Formats: sequence, C-alpha cells, structure tokens
Amino acid sequence: MNMFRSQLRQELVVMARNGEQLLLLIGIPILLLIFFSQVDVLPTQGLSAVAFLVPGILALAVISSAMVSLGIATGFERSYGVLRRLGTTPLGTPRLVFAKVVATCLVESAQLMLLVVAGLALGWRPVDVDWLIVLVAILLGTTCFAGIGLTLAGRLRAEVNLAAQNGLYLLLLLLGGIIVPNEELPPAARSFAGWLPSSALSEILRNSFSSRDLVFENLVVLVVWSLAMCSTAVLFFRWSD
Amino acid sequence: MKVRNLVVNYGDLRAVSNISFDATAGCVTAVIGPNGAGKTTTMEVCSGVRTATSGEVSVLGLDPQRDRLKMNSRIGVMLQDGGVYPSARVGEVLGHYCTLFGNRIAALDLLVAVDLVAKQKSTWRKLSGGEKQRLSLALALASKPEVAFLDEPTSGVDIVGRDLIRQIVRDLANSGCAVILATHELDEAQRMADNVVMFNQGRLIANTSLKDLLGTNQSVSLRTTSKVDLLELGDHMNCRVEQHGTEVHLFAVSDANFIARLSAWFVQRNLVLDDLRVGTPQLEDIYRDLNNSAKENDE
Repeated sequence: MNMFRSQLRQELVVMARNGEQLLLLIGIPILLLIFFSQVDVLPTQGLSAVAFLVPGILALAVISSAMVSLGIATGFERSYGVLRRLGTTPLGTPRLVFAKVVATCLVESAQLMLLVVAGLALGWRPVDVDWLIVLVAILLGTTCFAGIGLTLAGRLRAEVNLAAQNGLYLLLLLLGGIIVPNEELPPAARSFAGWLPSSALSEILRNSFSSRDLVFENLVVLVVWSLAMCSTAVLFFRWSD
Repeated sequence: MKVRNLVVNYGDLRAVSNISFDATAGCVTAVIGPNGAGKTTTMEVCSGVRTATSGEVSVLGLDPQRDRLKMNSRIGVMLQDGGVYPSARVGEVLGHYCTLFGNRIAALDLLVAVDLVAKQKSTWRKLSGGEKQRLSLALALASKPEVAFLDEPTSGVDIVGRDLIRQIVRDLANSGCAVILATHELDEAQRMADNVVMFNQGRLIANTSLKDLLGTNQSVSLRTTSKVDLLELGDHMNCRVEQHGTEVHLFAVSDANFIARLSAWFVQRNLVLDDLRVGTPQLEDIYRDLNNSAKENDE
C-alpha cells in the first residue's frame, strides 16, 4: 500500500508541476464554455447555448485528462527512461498502472466538478438526469481515451506523441460533437464524425442532461471503442524505446 | 550471478553472442569493452529490463524474468540514462525510491553518501552531469542491494565526484554486495574492479581476475628511433614483442637479468634505446592485445 501511495503521489505531483497540462485540463475547457455560452454563434439543437455546451465540454474534459494528459506524460516518462527505471523496482506493472488510473480519475473528477460548477454559474439547469448513465458513459469514455492515449504514448517518440495527442484533441474538439453538432458538418465529415467516440460520449451526456432518451447506438459505439483501444494499448505498448 | 550461453539478437543483428561469466558477492566485476560491444545489453538482460534470445541468467538464484519482482527487491540498478522525470526534485525522488524498497535506508543518509544534501530541493533538470550520476547511483542504493548493476557510473563525472563514486562502489562490495559495473573507461575499471569480463562485438574475449590479467601481462616498454628486428628480439628475450610507432613492448615478467640482456642486445647492435619502463601494463593495452588476438583467431 505504501508503494502504491508513494507512486500515486508522484503521479499527482508531476502532473501539478506541468503548467501546460493544467492549461489543457482546466484553462481550455473553461474558456470554451464561457466564451461559446456568451457568444451566440453555435447551433445548439434547440437547447440553450450553455445546456448544449456543458455536456460536450464535460466530454472534452474526459478527452483532455484521460487521453492527452495521461498520454503525453506517459510518452515523456517512456522517453526519459522513468518507466524503465521503475521496472527495476518492486513496484510492478499492476501497481504502476493502478496509480496512473487513480491519478487520472482524481484529476478528472476535480476537473468535471469545476466545469459543472462553472456551468451552473452560467445558468445551466439539467433536468431529470440519469446519473447512472452519466457515470457509465464517463467511465467508458475514460477507458477508451486512456487506451488511445497510451497506444500513442507506447509507440511514438515523445515529441511525435506530443504533436499527435494535441492534433487528435483538436480534431475531436471540432469533429467530435463537442462544440459543433454533427448535423451541422458537411455530409462526408458527418458520417465519419458519427463513429467517433467523442461524438458518442458527448451525445450520451447531452441526452442524459436534457431528459432525452438514450440512443443505444451511441453506447455500443463507446463500448466497442473502449474494448478496442484498451486491447490495442495492452498489445502494442512498449515500456522503453 | 551466473550467466550461461547468453545470446541476444536485435532483429538480424547479434548483440551478444554466447557469453558465460559469474559475478560473486563481495567483488566488483567490471564488464568492459568499447561502445556497442554488448555491455549494456548484457546488463539489461541480467537486471530483467530486457529478455534474452537464449541462454540462462540467474541472479541470487532467481530468474530475472520469471521472478522479476522478487529479484527487484534485492537488486539495485543504475541505468545509463537518468530515468528521472526532469521536474522531479532530488529529495522527493530519492524518498519515493526508498519507499518503493520498504525504507531500508533513509533518503537523507543516501543524500549524505552521495553529497547531494545541498541539492535536495533542486530538480533533476537543474543538476550537473556529475550530480545526475550521483543521484542515479543513490537510487540504485535505495534497495540496500545484494547485487548492484551500475552502467557507466563515472561517465561525465569530475575528479572529486569520481573519487566519491569509487569509494561508494568499494564500500558496497566490502559490505558483501556483488557489484557488476559496465564501463568503456578502462582506466576506471582498472581502479575499481576485482574481476574483469571483456567484450568485443558481443563476444567475450577475457573473463578473469584483474590481478591475474595484469600479472600475466606484465611488460617492458621502451622507445627507439632505430629499426628493430622484432622476430630476432623476441627469440633472444623469449617473449612476445610488439611495436606501435616508436614504442616497443616486450610481454614478460621482468627482472634485473632481463633488463641487462635487453640493454646488451641494443648496445651490441648499436641501436637507440630510450625511456625504458618496467611495470604493470594498462588495461587498455591488454584489451587492445586481446582484441587483436581474437581478430587473428577469426582470420
């Protein structure tokens, strides 16, 4: 237990020291939420701007902490030889992975709470929320995006991984139903975007927070992506270059 | 530690070719050879970081892959690259490693041992090359190891830092630890090692005690600008003779009679004889000789 606690502490300390990570985790989602809820430029599927945005921004928060933050940090740890050195201690892979999972979940929880508070302050009033679906979707989303982040981190050079994670973040932000509804995209992009895990996650959250029925297809998409990306990460992750 | 018939391939490239050696408790075993000779690969296999293509390795009676966690709690590993996050602070990372090894030794004691108390709040990225090496060594000592794998521990370290590291390595061996030290700095190996394992191009070219290696390779060196018939000199002195430029080396255990016969041979032929030196050869010369012999055998 001491080993796990010590590793968890290290994970959180390293994360907290990276200013650019905090910007990505907190700054960008809050900025997007405030800006687009105040400026009437987005189509919002008949919802108020803030009611449309909050679920998408929550999905973006999951992407930023589970995929980008975890992936970039792990990529650099691999390139600096941190993982290789930890591999010569009695810590073991399960404890290391568990410490990373718990650290990511803690950061993600804090991030989601902050965004919910910001949303409420901006006038967001969710009705008849199915919290079980919300929780399941966030857990599935976390698993899926962590799988994507670790797959990239486990195969690419640290600098390439950094660029790839940020590029993917931007792509999902624009095409993943986060701030622009998929229906507003050009037809070719629309059918592609519909199969993205970010679209599925933001749609499930948006429906859950606005008393709309769950679209079962979205849940299936998220489950398939989660299974596929976790398996890919397990199969292709390399602990050292 | 026992290594038997170890082979490691990287794709089509054979990095380590069928090597066997032992490292015993209380001794410093230097694994030496030029860059790319297979030293680090061998150390990585023995410390469980890399898997072997074939062969057997046993550390404290344990298999580095199968019994990895059990073995890890009893060994210390100093990797060639740092393995520390740049933003991690010295005291904090050392404290973390002490915890991972069950706090067998206090982090402060290790900081004192490697003379980094004043730097405990510094981050890894702000340390000098020598300080990074000392911290890296301290991390390897956090386990109070029974077997320590130290890869290039004095590389990039200044003279004072080298003295400190040599003393720590000697103390470690004196405490009963089997120290396996990989280095391409042969002078460093000569200062620290009890046993020597020499590599070249993934193959073992010597595996013996340093004392025996230096003892059987005593030499007499001289400088001459005259043309010397090496075959005749070798026959006369009954030993192997080599010439590198103006330097002539005679490989033999020398005494006063040997020196007198040698001097007389030069005087009789009216050859120039300068800078006659008797003594223990440098490991570097021995390595060069053994390497040349291995090449000749191949041919």
